[in-house]
Amino acid sequence: MPTKPDPTDDALIEVRDLSVHYRLGGSAAARLLGRDTGAVRAVDGVSFVLRRGEVLGLVGESGSGKTTLGRAMLGLVRPTSGRILYRGRDIGAARERDLRRLRRDLQMIFQDPHAALNPAMDLGTAIGHPLRIHRLAATPAARHRRVVEALERVGLVPVEQFLGKYPADLSGGQKQRAVIARAIISGPSLLVADEPVSMLDMSVRAKILDLMLELRRDLGLTYLYITHDLATAKFFCDRVAICYLGKIVEIGPTTQIFAEPRHPYTRALLAAIPEPDPSRTVMRDLPRGEIPDAARPPTGCAFHPRCPHAFGPCGWEARDLRALLESRWTRIGDDRYRAEQSLFADLAELDTPGRRIQIRAAANAQGLLDLLTEMRAVDPAEPFWRGVTDIQIDGDRVVIEFAPPVEPHLLPMDEVAVSCHLYDANLSPDAQVSDRTP
Amino acid sequence: MSQLSVEPVEEPREPAPQGGRGIRRVLSPVRSARGIARILLWAGAAISVLFVVLAVFAPWIAPYRFDQYSAGGHPFPKQGAPDATHLFGTTVQSLDVASRVVFGARTALEVVVQSVVISLLVGVPLGLVSGYLGGWLDRSLVLVMDALFAFPSLLLAIVLSFLLSGLIGGTVTAAALSITVVYIPQYFRVVRNTTVSAKEATYVEAARAIGARPITVMRRYLFTNVVQSVPVIGTLNAADAILTLAALGFLGYGVQPTQAAEWGYDLQRAVADAGAGIWWTGLYPGLAIVLLVTGLTLAGEGLNETLNPTLRTRPLRRVLLPPLPATLAPRTHRDRP
Repeated sequence: MPTKPDPTDDALIEVRDLSVHYRLGGSAAARLLGRDTGAVRAVDGVSFVLRRGEVLGLVGESGSGKTTLGRAMLGLVRPTSGRILYRGRDIGAARERDLRRLRRDLQMIFQDPHAALNPAMDLGTAIGHPLRIHRLAATPAARHRRVVEALERVGLVPVEQFLGKYPADLSGGQKQRAVIARAIISGPSLLVADEPVSMLDMSVRAKILDLMLELRRDLGLTYLYITHDLATAKFFCDRVAICYLGKIVEIGPTTQIFAEPRHPYTRALLAAIPEPDPSRTVMRDLPRGEIPDAARPPTGCAFHPRCPHAFGPCGWEARDLRALLESRWTRIGDDRYRAEQSLFADLAELDTPGRRIQIRAAANAQGLLDLLTEMRAVDPAEPFWRGVTDIQIDGDRVVIEFAPPVEPHLLPMDEVAVSCHLYDANLSPDAQVSDRTP
Repeated sequence: MSQLSVEPVEEPREPAPQGGRGIRRVLSPVRSARGIARILLWAGAAISVLFVVLAVFAPWIAPYRFDQYSAGGHPFPKQGAPDATHLFGTTVQSLDVASRVVFGARTALEVVVQSVVISLLVGVPLGLVSGYLGGWLDRSLVLVMDALFAFPSLLLAIVLSFLLSGLIGGTVTAAALSITVVYIPQYFRVVRNTTVSAKEATYVEAARAIGARPITVMRRYLFTNVVQSVPVIGTLNAADAILTLAALGFLGYGVQPTQAAEWGYDLQRAVADAGAGIWWTGLYPGLAIVLLVTGLTLAGEGLNETLNPTLRTRPLRRVLLPPLPATLAPRTHRDRP
C-alpha cells in the first residue's frame, strides 16, 4: 500500500497516544493464582511528531520512561496501546519479520558502548553485519568497501588498524564511534540515541556529539536524542520534550524552552543545572522528594506532589497528606512524634485513594482535627491545603474532601505545548502565574 | 576415528579469514596460564596425550592383537606371569594383558570422543534455543533434562545400553550413545543458563536492533559468548565417561568382548584371579583407568582455572625501574634548604 503523503508537514514518525506498561511480577502467591499484580506505566499516553531532519531531545530524570519510549519507537518493546506511524505503517503492531526489514531505516545508538558490541566479534565483521543481514552488499569486497567507508566517516582511522580489533581493545569513545558506524552503515533515516555520551569522558563527549551533527548534515539523519543532561540537549537539539513519569509535560523549540520554561518541572530542571560561579547562590526552586513510583502514579498531574505551584485540580489525595505528615515528623522531636502518631487509628488508611477520605482517630477525633488545623496554620503556603475543600468531624473520624482532580493535557501555547493546569484558563482563575523564572 | 584433542579448539562457525585469529584469541588465556593452573593443565595434557598416542598407534605399539591367544602356532600360557614375551602377563583367556591395555585405550578414547561430540552437538544447540526463545519450549526442555538429571547416571546408561543392544548390538557406538544421554543435560543446563543471562546483554538487543533474525542472534552473538564454559565441562565429562564406560563393561553392558578390548570387562574377568594371587590381570587395566581419568581431570581443572574468569588470576609482574641518576634522586625533608 503506497504511503499517503501527509499534507500537514514532513513528519517522519508520528506517535499517537502511546503507552507501554510493564507488568509487575508481584509475589509468588499472586503469580501462582494468576492475580493481577499491577503494572508500571513506563510510557503513559504520549503523542508527538518527529519531523524529518530534526533533532528531538527527550529529557527527563531516570525513571521517566524516556528510554522505553525510544525503544518502542524501534519496535524493541511492544506498546500496550497507541500507534507509532512510520511511512503509514504502525511499528507497534508490525510483525517481527516486517520489523526486521524496517530496522534498516531505524537504528539505535546505545548508552553503554562497552556493552553494545559483541565481545567475540571483530570490528570489521560487527560493522558489516547489518549489510549482511539485509543483503545490502553484493559481494564480500563490496561489503568491505562500505565498512571501510563507514569507519572513515566516524573517524576510526587508519581503518586497517581497527578492522581486526575486538571491542576489548578499544576505548569508550572508539567503541561509541564503532556503534555509530554500525548504525549508519545500512543508510537509516532515524537514529535513536539513548544517552550516547553519558558514559563517556567529558573530553570525548563533545567530539561524539560533533560527529553526530556532522552525520546529520551529511546523511540527512533524524535524531531522537534521549538524555537527562540539559546542557547537551541545549547544544544538540532543535526541539526538546520534557518527560515526567511516562508523560511529556512540555514540548517545544529548544531556544523557547530554555528561554521561557513554562511547566514547573521544566523550571525545576533548569534550576537544577549547577551554577559554575560558587559566589552566586541562586534561590533554587528544586522539587521536593523523589520521582514517584510509576506503578502507582499520583492522580491528576503526576508532578503535583513535588510542585510548588500546585493547586486545587492538580489531583490531591490522601497519600499526599501522609507524605506531609511524615516530613513533619522528621522535623519535630521524638516525644511529639509519638504523641501525634498515636492520634491515628491506622496510618495505612492514608493510602486509600479517592476524593473523600475518612481517617479514624485512635481516641478523639477532635485531637486529630486540631493537629491538621495546626499543620495548616504553621505552613499556610503548603500547596496541599489548596487542594483541600473541606475538613470536618464525623463521629470518631475526620473526613477530608479534596477538590476534584483533572488530568492535565498538552495545551498549545505559541510553539510550545505545556501540560499544566496553571495555563488552563478554565481551571486556574488567576491564570497569570507569578513568574518566578530566573 | 581415533584422533582427538581435548583442547578447547572451539568456534568452528567462525568465519574462515579470521578463524586463526579467533582460535588464538580463545587460547590466549591457556598460553598465559601461570602457577598451579599451568602445572595442572600441562600434567593433565601430557597424560592425556600419552593415551592418545597409545590409542592412535595401538597396532604398532601393542605386541599382539587384543583377541590373539597364540603366536606362530604356539598358544599363549593361561594366566602366565609377566615375562619377556608377555610384559604384563596373560589372562585366564590366554590373552596378552599389555596388548589389551593398549587396545583398551583405543576403545576408551573412541567412546569418549563419540559421546562428547554427540552430547555437544545435541546439548549446546538445545540449550541455546531453549534459553534464547524461552516460553513453553524452554519449560518442557528443562523439565525433560531435569528428569534425566535426576536419574542415577549409571542406571540411565545401563537402561539405554540395554535398549540399544537390541538395535545396533554391543558396538562402540552403542556404548558411546548410552553414555551420551547422561551428559546432554549437563551441556544443556550450562549453555541454557548462560544464554538466559547473556541474552539480556545490550549487544544482543543491538543485534535485534540491526535486524538480525533469532537464528543469527544465536549463532553469531550468543554462541561465541556462551560456549566458553563448554571446554571445561567437556574435559571433565570425558574423565567421567571413562568411568561410566568401565562400569558398563564391568557389569557386562558395555562393548562386546569380541568387538574391542575394554578395561572394565578385563577388570571383571580379573576379579576371580585376585584371590589366587594373580595380580597382573587386574592391576594394569585398573592402572590405565586411574591414570587416564586423572589426566583428563587434571586437564579439566587446569582449563577451568585458566578459562573461568571468576577463578582466573592475572599474574602481576614486578616493575623494575632503572636507578635514578644522582641529580634526580628524591630528597628527604632534611635535605631541603
